[in-house]
Amino acid sequence: MFPGMSQHGRYWLLILPAVALMLVFYIYPLLQVLWISVTEPEPGLGNYRELFTSAFLHKIWWTTARICVITTVLTVLFGYVVAFAMAHVRQRHMTAIMFCVLLTFWLSVLVRAFAWVMLLRTEGVINEALLWIGLTDQPLRLSRNEFGVVVGMVHFMLPLAILPIYANLRGIDASYVSAARGMGASAWKAFWWVYLPLSKPGVIAATILVFVFSLGFFITPAILGGGRVVMISEFIRVAFEETLLWGKATMLSASLLFCVLLILAIVGRVVDLRRVFGST
Amino acid sequence: MSVQPAGIESGDTAAAPAVPAFAIRNLTKMYGPVAAVDDVSLDIPQGAFLTLLGPSGSGKTTILMAIAGFIAPTSGEILREQKSITTLPPDKRNFGMVFQGYALFPHMTVEDNVWFPLRVRGVSKSQAAGRIGEALEMVQLGALAARLPTELSGGQQQRVALARALVFQPDLLLLDEPLSALDKKLRADLQWELKDLHRKLGTTFVYVTHDQEEALSMSDEIVILRDGRIEQSGDPLTLYERPATRFVADFLGKSNFLAGEVADREDGRFRYRIGGETFLQAGAASDAHVVMALRPEKLMVFNTRPDTANAMQGEIEQFNYYGANYHFKVTTSALGDVIVTVPAWRCEVEPRIGNRIWIGWEPDAAVVVADT
Repeated sequence: MFPGMSQHGRYWLLILPAVALMLVFYIYPLLQVLWISVTEPEPGLGNYRELFTSAFLHKIWWTTARICVITTVLTVLFGYVVAFAMAHVRQRHMTAIMFCVLLTFWLSVLVRAFAWVMLLRTEGVINEALLWIGLTDQPLRLSRNEFGVVVGMVHFMLPLAILPIYANLRGIDASYVSAARGMGASAWKAFWWVYLPLSKPGVIAATILVFVFSLGFFITPAILGGGRVVMISEFIRVAFEETLLWGKATMLSASLLFCVLLILAIVGRVVDLRRVFGST
Repeated sequence: MSVQPAGIESGDTAAAPAVPAFAIRNLTKMYGPVAAVDDVSLDIPQGAFLTLLGPSGSGKTTILMAIAGFIAPTSGEILREQKSITTLPPDKRNFGMVFQGYALFPHMTVEDNVWFPLRVRGVSKSQAAGRIGEALEMVQLGALAARLPTELSGGQQQRVALARALVFQPDLLLLDEPLSALDKKLRADLQWELKDLHRKLGTTFVYVTHDQEEALSMSDEIVILRDGRIEQSGDPLTLYERPATRFVADFLGKSNFLAGEVADREDGRFRYRIGGETFLQAGAASDAHVVMALRPEKLMVFNTRPDTANAMQGEIEQFNYYGANYHFKVTTSALGDVIVTVPAWRCEVEPRIGNRIWIGWEPDAAVVVADT
């Protein structure tokens, strides 16, 4: 088709449109963001200085980090439980669970966030039920706070944790656990010393995926936080659209990006990321 | 590692040596409507090397897994010194097991793999160091303790699996086709080693294989399985020389089958007819129709009519040369194709397709088998 072109060259040609699209609509705006962050309102690193001086920004960063860590820990934990079940039930049941997991993927983030608001609000189903059972005599404050944000985010992130962990667990040969049991290990010891270490790549992949995704998440926190829980991305949106402090907004966007790269670099020193994400 | 046979203390209290160390009683395992194991009973004497031999789907691995405790039988019992251990979980049985793919933990070094069974018993690594070292020496792998399993060859992995299964002095060692992944030469070497190990340790071995050579070379007793049932059991020599059925004669070694009608009977022998020819056979025939199994190596080849009790003329249709032996496929008028194995260094006839030769055998060369 293209004489004189090497085999590999032809494959590059196939993804050329995608590369062009990325350059024009992703890399270029990104460079622009970086540029604005050091030029608005005046050239220099003034915007970045605020990272260290502004108590308000410290608070937002701290809130963001706390919510992301809690979300990631809970998501990976729950995701592991679901993935573990999927890897051990019969094929037919596995398909059913997989369908339910993917179903939540197909629902709009907005719909899911509002659904949680309905469930968690003061007059919501959960509070009504708790009052009726008598577990509480006052409605609990379940939304418009960090609790609500974490619930919504964990729910959203679950498939992101389940899928990589499941892929990993399915590859673990059942004979390892049998061997451990046969040598005298209780079910718990066999899990703790053999199964869990073998599932480490899946857990790491899920952790990175969920954490990085959480960092930049803003629809769910905005809705379930009800304006009381401000995370970085929500603040960036406000700075861009309402207060028009583009210098500050771009600085925070860039910081977020550096943050993600830093985390990957740190994790990459401990584990082989290329193996975690399935490249050989 | 101590070379004292496991369970020797119980040996002198047990007055009756007839009581087997382990026994399986009426074991049945159903998968849906299919019986993978169908009413199997067998005794495993203390210190025995017992082999479960059968083609795939014969239920041999299912029996092994039931002994190990990984499969719950549909019915029947597994006994240790006459007490049922059928519902005991695998970790409470104190059996060692070597899996088909070895199941070495890939995230642990060789040393840590061997430590594992001691570790779950609460032995720290420093306390276990001596025993780990001895177990690895036993399989000649002392130098590779710090390696990961992926850095070892198949034969070395196999040895680590053995060391790991034996380091905690199990009451029983279960081996699930442990040599099947190795090449032929290595397999032969490891057969010697396994047998040596068994003799030195005195541990009871239950060995599963579909390889009849492995079964013959190592076992004290072979149990031949077919469709979830025991077809025949006994020591290797008996099974090879006196197969009870056509299936056993064909599965354990190779056989030519001669099916004929009894012509007349005498004391201790009878004559039978196939395709107009009459042959002499030692033994007794219960029916008018008989099937004889005749091993290829018990036939002889000649250029001229031999003075053996039975002889047939035939033509070499095909032959294979194996260095040590020739395998001839000889076409005869009465018997059809007959396979003959002849030591190559003293083969009388010229190995050539179309060569007309004589085959001969004595009355006790063949054995009467049930036609199933």
